Amino acid sequence: MSQKSGRIVAVNGNMISIGFQGNVAMNEVAYVLSNGKRLKSEIIRVKGSEAQAQVYEITKGIRIGDEVEFSDEMLSVELGPGLLGQIYDGLQNPLPQIAEQKGFFLESGVYLKALSRSKRWSFTPLAKPGDTLRRGDYIASVPELHFTHKIMLPFDFFGDWNLLDIAPAGEYGVDDVIAHVQDQRGVKRDVKMMFSWPVKRAVDCYVERLKPEQPMVTKTRIIDTFFPVAKGGTYCIPGPFGAGKTVLQQVTSRNADVDIVILAACGERAGEVVETLKEFPEISDPRTGRSLMERTIIICNTSSMPVASREASVYTAVTIAEYYRQMGLDVLLLADSTSRWAQAMREMSGRLEEIPGEEAFPAYLESVIAAFYERAGIVRLSDGTHGSVTIGGTVSPAGGNFEEPVTQATLKVVGAFHGLSRERSDARKYPAIHPLDSWSKYPGIMPKDVVAYAHSFLERSSEVEAMMKVVGEEGTSLEDYILYLKGEFLDAVYLQQNSFDPVDASVSPDRQKFMFHLVLEILGAELALKNKDEARGWFYELRQSFLDLNGAAEGSELYQSSLKTIRGTLAAQNPRYGSAAKKMLLRLE
Amino acid sequence: MNKLYSHIESIVGNVISVRAEGVAYGELAEVTSRYGVSLAETIRMDKELVYLQVFAGSRGISTGDEVRFLGHPMQVSFSDNLLGRIFDGAGSPRDGGPGLTDNLISIGGPSVNPYKRIIPREMIRTGIPMIDLFNTLVKSQKLPIFSVSGEPYNQLLARIAMQAEVDLIILGGMGLKYDDYLFFKDSLEEGGSLAKTIMFVHTAADPIVECLQVPDLALAVAERFALKGRNVLVLLTDMTNFADALKEISITQEQVPSNRGYPGDLYSQLASRYEKAVDFDGAGSITTLAVTTMPGDDVTHPIPDNTGYITEGQFYLHGGRIEPFGSLSRLKQQVNGKTREDHRAIMDGMIKLFSSYRDTLEKKSMGFQMSAWDKKLLRYGELFESKMMDLSVNISLEKALDEGWKILASCFEPRETGLRSELIQKFWPKNAVQTEAAAAVE
Repeated sequence: MSQKSGRIVAVNGNMISIGFQGNVAMNEVAYVLSNGKRLKSEIIRVKGSEAQAQVYEITKGIRIGDEVEFSDEMLSVELGPGLLGQIYDGLQNPLPQIAEQKGFFLESGVYLKALSRSKRWSFTPLAKPGDTLRRGDYIASVPELHFTHKIMLPFDFFGDWNLLDIAPAGEYGVDDVIAHVQDQRGVKRDVKMMFSWPVKRAVDCYVERLKPEQPMVTKTRIIDTFFPVAKGGTYCIPGPFGAGKTVLQQVTSRNADVDIVILAACGERAGEVVETLKEFPEISDPRTGRSLMERTIIICNTSSMPVASREASVYTAVTIAEYYRQMGLDVLLLADSTSRWAQAMREMSGRLEEIPGEEAFPAYLESVIAAFYERAGIVRLSDGTHGSVTIGGTVSPAGGNFEEPVTQATLKVVGAFHGLSRERSDARKYPAIHPLDSWSKYPGIMPKDVVAYAHSFLERSSEVEAMMKVVGEEGTSLEDYILYLKGEFLDAVYLQQNSFDPVDASVSPDRQKFMFHLVLEILGAELALKNKDEARGWFYELRQSFLDLNGAAEGSELYQSSLKTIRGTLAAQNPRYGSAAKKMLLRLE
Repeated sequence: MNKLYSHIESIVGNVISVRAEGVAYGELAEVTSRYGVSLAETIRMDKELVYLQVFAGSRGISTGDEVRFLGHPMQVSFSDNLLGRIFDGAGSPRDGGPGLTDNLISIGGPSVNPYKRIIPREMIRTGIPMIDLFNTLVKSQKLPIFSVSGEPYNQLLARIAMQAEVDLIILGGMGLKYDDYLFFKDSLEEGGSLAKTIMFVHTAADPIVECLQVPDLALAVAERFALKGRNVLVLLTDMTNFADALKEISITQEQVPSNRGYPGDLYSQLASRYEKAVDFDGAGSITTLAVTTMPGDDVTHPIPDNTGYITEGQFYLHGGRIEPFGSLSRLKQQVNGKTREDHRAIMDGMIKLFSSYRDTLEKKSMGFQMSAWDKKLLRYGELFESKMMDLSVNISLEKALDEGWKILASCFEPRETGLRSELIQKFWPKNAVQTEAAAAVE
């Protein structure tokens, strides 16, 4: 170990100053020895012989003169088999094990190993002695739940390595040496199934980054059809409180068409995490039939847990996501909420007495947010397979105002924007993604022009609605009024979705295509409705049957009868179709 | 230990500094001035200088006054002897009873391991349709009542406290007007609940630093009772005073303010209190209701805004009624699927229609002609306001649901409600007469 040592010279909230001797590295982890506990902290500024550190624990009880131990390492996570299905705090401490040892409360200074050292894994070597390996290359595999977990040459083994020997197939623990490698200079190193990687460095063991083009299906109609997200893409969900950010994230985490979901609950309510961690083991993943928990990792640093580890939690989450991406898997990282993370930065910046930027956020806010979202991406790995990390972050703008710094910094770097609106959530129109404000740059499951055609009804409908507020219903032409009803209809039966209804909660792409076609048949139709009352009545009747249809399982009796009613109601109006509408309907066939 | 220091280096706002050794962060001290003895808490240490926040304020403190460190952080006594008692923000009796010093516990303890929480699943019935039907209160929920000065929020709080089925009520008053303090005391006494109540009350006349201790005292005690298996209801009024006290102190501490003068850690400060609401796996629970008065009725003001992001919804009290818009119980979905099958549908359906009613009202106020549909909505809105929203309505959830169907049937055709056909078949009143006359009779 190094010769350096340090002592506490000042305490201010969760920031401490350490007087030290020897060399100290930026972002190095240091432990405060106080009242028989070791409190983890991270160096965030060095000035002369004093270093400032943020403490990942409550600082109550620390005294001037308390000893500080330096670790020589940056804040890192353990990577290896056994991460899936785990529930960690922001520093990768397994919460169930802490509960087992310490009971109800998260006492400070308790750190447990992230990966079980006693568990045995059934190991199958893939590489042979004599192989030349680079970091991230597969050398073996172990089954982890229903995945084949690839054991890789640790990411910090830079250069070419010659595999000297590898353990035969058998049962090993993560801490056992399973191979020896040697580089060109003759340096020999042990390889274990587990290694650590600093969370604030992006994992870059891939050949190239590709353009995100394949849609990531979420089974939420308004997202998949109107504002799609691509695998390897990024998106953000800003919205005022109560607009449904968290419910939307929960629904996505259940239904998203990816291999692994990592939930980073960052500075949010504990109750919501509890829901996930108690319910997921009970829900089965439609893709595999196994428990949903088996494809999920929860990183949870709720709002009452220490602020500094809130910042660490998003990095811990994205590092684990990148690790599984390296195995050729599609990973979705949901961070809720990035605003809390930004606030943690702001608190620390204030304690450091840095010159504040807008709303007292630090000046480096934008670059830090950009660097985080840039860790998403779809990559080609050295064996030619693809792996992806998709990042979806919620933003909790102060006062629901999207002009604030965190929302703006995030919008600059994401590929899709699902803006939630108070107006829609107040009217119980869920998901409250605003169809006119939101956008996506990614290709989705429907042709772009058809989506644009449907979207144009929403725009015109809202124009008519705005006009009606001025001139009244009586001052609006029947033609405009029908346009308005068409937009409302599309909104009610397609954009809105009941996430608490067993059928409507998740809609497969095929069913979305079918329903979208059916909706277009109504939107595109020229209708022979005689007056406004008749028009309203007709659309309400249609809406009723559509809502019944949305709640009916495919092929059920209700499904057939609702469909028949819709067809009948439509046919009764003798719909005619213009050339544009015909073209769009054909595009969907 | 317990060394005496007799020279105060600086006095800024309510914060004094002394040169001292061996002090722990958060440690308590006693400051003796000629106006009496006050507690003080260590809030910052820089080399040999220790900064202390004086609970009773720094007025009259002299640089020659004595400071004695007590060797422990802020504590409160915890036992069944607390029941029926009233304390101030420093933990001293306010009711003339004896001071309690047995079984002292620290306040502001660590957060609960999320793994040891359970999913809230029990409804708390209040008899108020706007809560029970539309925004159900759930055991272990943390909910603020957003309101403005002058609204009957304390009355609402007291009414919920007395009707809710809980084992224990802990009231934390911050910056409470003296009359309001007496109101709580009297109404809990009249309702026969005083014996299961503990009050920590800071009135507007008390020193500001004590205001900051109130939620921590109340919640620390609540937590212990919950661990013993009790279901505790914590009432906090008014959290805006708490946040303003934070602001006042951080500004005198020369902290960089983030938004309208409030400190950057306002969110974390509020969250660490609200998050104490919990349903323990294998023990009791804490449910928190907190009043937040919104300065200028502005929900985007930093206090209600940060609160809204922390709590599990909010009740929006406006014009003496709980507004359906803006009010939300995030946990209602945990329980309202198990009450009656039409609960969720009625809840959503009635609010959607009420939203249309508000649009119509707007149109009407602008002088537009009312269509047949508009007239139906107007009739519906009036009924909704008088039979559901009025705070004097005191009926069970089931009665409220029946009432809901009655209101719908007296105003609309089934298909106009947007409710699923199967529910309509089952619940739509059979002899519904939808006429002006029928509405008039209602």
